[in-house]
Amino acid sequence: MLHYLTLIFCCQLLGEVLVKSTGLPIPGPVVGMAILFAGLLARDAVPDDLSCTADGLIRNMSLLFVPAGVGVMLHAKMIGRDWLPISLSLVLSTALTIVVTAKLLVLLSPATGEAKEDG
Amino acid sequence: MDNLHEVWVYLSTLPLFHLTLTMVAYQIGLFVHRHGKSHPLLNPVLISVIIIVSLLIGTGTSYEQYFEGAQLVHFLLGPATVALAIPLYRQFHRVRRSTAAILVSVIVGGATAAASAVVLASILGASQQALVSIAPKSVTAPVAMGIAHELGGLPSLTAAVVIATGILGAMMGPTLLKRIGITDSAARGFAIGTASHGIGTARAAQENEIAGAFAGLAMGLNALATAILLPLLWRLIVGV
Repeated sequence: MLHYLTLIFCCQLLGEVLVKSTGLPIPGPVVGMAILFAGLLARDAVPDDLSCTADGLIRNMSLLFVPAGVGVMLHAKMIGRDWLPISLSLVLSTALTIVVTAKLLVLLSPATGEAKEDG
Repeated sequence: MDNLHEVWVYLSTLPLFHLTLTMVAYQIGLFVHRHGKSHPLLNPVLISVIIIVSLLIGTGTSYEQYFEGAQLVHFLLGPATVALAIPLYRQFHRVRRSTAAILVSVIVGGATAAASAVVLASILGASQQALVSIAPKSVTAPVAMGIAHELGGLPSLTAAVVIATGILGAMMGPTLLKRIGITDSAARGFAIGTASHGIGTARAAQENEIAGAFAGLAMGLNALATAILLPLLWRLIVGV
């Protein structure tokens, strides 16, 4: 377990360094994800322990957003006098984005017999 | 009473205290969510944030002091994002089959997110600076703040709307998709990840692995697409 956690940290660190040195407009961890993904493709298998480590992190990912959420709510007054237009537009726009993206992907995806099996 | 006060002063300086507070509040959030039949309004992140914020305000604790303990949890966000490579790899055959559909969907979805937020807020009378700050709201926080900064918005306001958008998407997404009849896990995850980045991805990963993989992919692609296209389009349309 520990050596796979180390591997994940190394991927993130490499990602951060790449972002810093190339000025890529994406965050280090996302680049780290791409690096690990490339590594898995090259190896063509996922070690069981790596799966376990990753699943543990991903299953509890919601918890990891709590400190950032607390920061935002403590500083909510910063949204200031525009809070009403901002809140309304966030709700409507988020809903619209979800509907448009899902409908479009379903519409454009090549028809497959197995699409329903996962629902 | 004096003794109690001393204990409190001691506790409030311990990072372990605020770390534990974060974990316990989240467990309460999960408990309420489960016992409320997973009602979308009973989002565990939202519940734990409300509990913690009430306690911090009630005890006059600063965010800096809270974060001293909570940063240990916050820190794991990076490694968790890297870990999304594993579900993505396991679902790669599905991704490869619909590469074109994925690319078109993320670009149109990302554009919808930015354009609809700006147009709606503008109709409702938000200031120009607020508009720039909310345009990248669907993108993961560090990228969104960078875009807002580049276009003359307020990065701190952007951070706030990004988190709010994430929680909104995680709350509304599953129910909304069910209502419009989208049962395909890939499309569900992809839509939630495009609209509400990491917080949405965390929610989608709870549905199943396919949804989680496509949500993580959408989050990464939308960050890239929006970071490249939004500043270009903004300057073209608004001309600043």
